[in-house]
Amino acid sequence: MFRIEEVEHRYGDRTVLRDVSVELTERRVAVVGANGSGKSTFARLLNGLVVPTSGTVTVDGLDTRKDGRRIRAKVGFVFQDPDLQIVMPTVAEDLAFGLKHRGLSKADIDQRVEQALEDNGLRDLRDQPAHLLSGGQKQRLAIASVLATAPRYVVFDEPTTMLDLRSKRQIARVMAELEQPVVVVSHDMDLLEGFDRVLVFDEGRLVADGPPDVSIAFYLELMGAC
Amino acid sequence: MLSLYRPGDSVLHRAPAGPKLVVLLVTCLAVFLVDELWFTAVCGTVVLVLWRIAHIPYRELGRQLRELWVIALLLAVFQVWANGWHEAAMTVLRLLALLLLASLVTMTSRTSHIVDALESAARPLALVGMRPGRIAFLIGLTLRFIPLIREKAEEIRAAQRARGVERRPLALLLPLLLKTLTMADAISEALDARGFEST
Ligand SMILES: Nc1ncnc2c1ncn2[C@@H]1O[C@H](COP(=O)(O)OP(=O)(O)OP(=O)(O)O)[C@@H](O)[C@H]1O
Ligand SMILES: [Mg+2]
Repeated sequence: MFRIEEVEHRYGDRTVLRDVSVELTERRVAVVGANGSGKSTFARLLNGLVVPTSGTVTVDGLDTRKDGRRIRAKVGFVFQDPDLQIVMPTVAEDLAFGLKHRGLSKADIDQRVEQALEDNGLRDLRDQPAHLLSGGQKQRLAIASVLATAPRYVVFDEPTTMLDLRSKRQIARVMAELEQPVVVVSHDMDLLEGFDRVLVFDEGRLVADGPPDVSIAFYLELMGAC
Repeated sequence: MLSLYRPGDSVLHRAPAGPKLVVLLVTCLAVFLVDELWFTAVCGTVVLVLWRIAHIPYRELGRQLRELWVIALLLAVFQVWANGWHEAAMTVLRLLALLLLASLVTMTSRTSHIVDALESAARPLALVGMRPGRIAFLIGLTLRFIPLIREKAEEIRAAQRARGVERRPLALLLPLLLKTLTMADAISEALDARGFEST
């Protein structure tokens, strides 16, 4: 469970999140809002990539200010641009990357990599150089690499923004099948089908919070009013 | 010339990376120490035979030679001018034989295996406080991002051409540098998110 208490965040003298308090306990939570409204900053609070200027964020009782590393092991994070998230040259090597330095044996790592290749339909791409994958394949790899480390939660920051329709749908399916609780930032309304709760941000404030139909109607009105 | 791994099942593919790197190193030394044209030529021929044994098409050889010929030519011209024909032939043959052998080793070995081999070779460095594990990580990261940076350079060049700026290396450099720095920020964030310990 994520607990965000009276959070404010500034970059320099610019306040990008203000007065945000919210508890996330649902399995499927979405975050929507205009460009620059603070969604990515909010998402990064959840795994301690961003520590708030004031206020606290806790994940299952651990404070991101003190336990950043343990929290990041618990909370997987998928970025918008898979190119910058895939850090090793081939598919299998990138899957193995997050598993190293965790006290697993080499055989254990190999076995988990094979499993991840199998589970994510990447077996045929095992030794492909990452830069030759299509956009959709890259994002599948980025997600697979995160899931291979068995996180307790997964946060996605606009995972489908750079993808074509078919890849978007594939990723949507992967996300729908996840057992973990998920928090997704997205402009992609299709992706949010079946979600339990949608948060709407505007200029750094949480301006709506409720079931999807209510929140999304609010969001569309907010956008239309500009 | 970063020819990466090409999956295959030849003897060379199955041979462990460590010994292949040792052979490469020894050949390097030998080719430079034995100052005989015939020796270098034999080494070159052996490389060509190995190429066949690895089932890598000679088309690939042609492609790599095309990438190398400018350097080889410049080197040859300079050597002919400075040291005469014999030296020039020696230098160019050496260069080609070694680069093609090095390329053969990288094409028949998985990057991770090469990296593991280098890592064990670097283990003594731990005694002077360096961390061999870091070597693996740095090589991997470099191999991953070289193509990406090349791609960004292409994008910038295309964008400039669209605005009427033709090939100007300097006009490319600054935006590429800025883009690379932004990318570096994002990558270090991603490394953090994936639990890589940066200390
Ligand atoms: N590292 C940073 N340094 C300074 N300012 C930043 C930084 N990251 C974000 N900002 C600023 O904070 C504000 C909120 O950014 P954020 O990325 O959270 O918005 P967003 O809702 O995710 O937008 P988008 O839909 O474009 O992704 C923006 O005005 C942005 O310029
Ligand atoms: Mg964002």
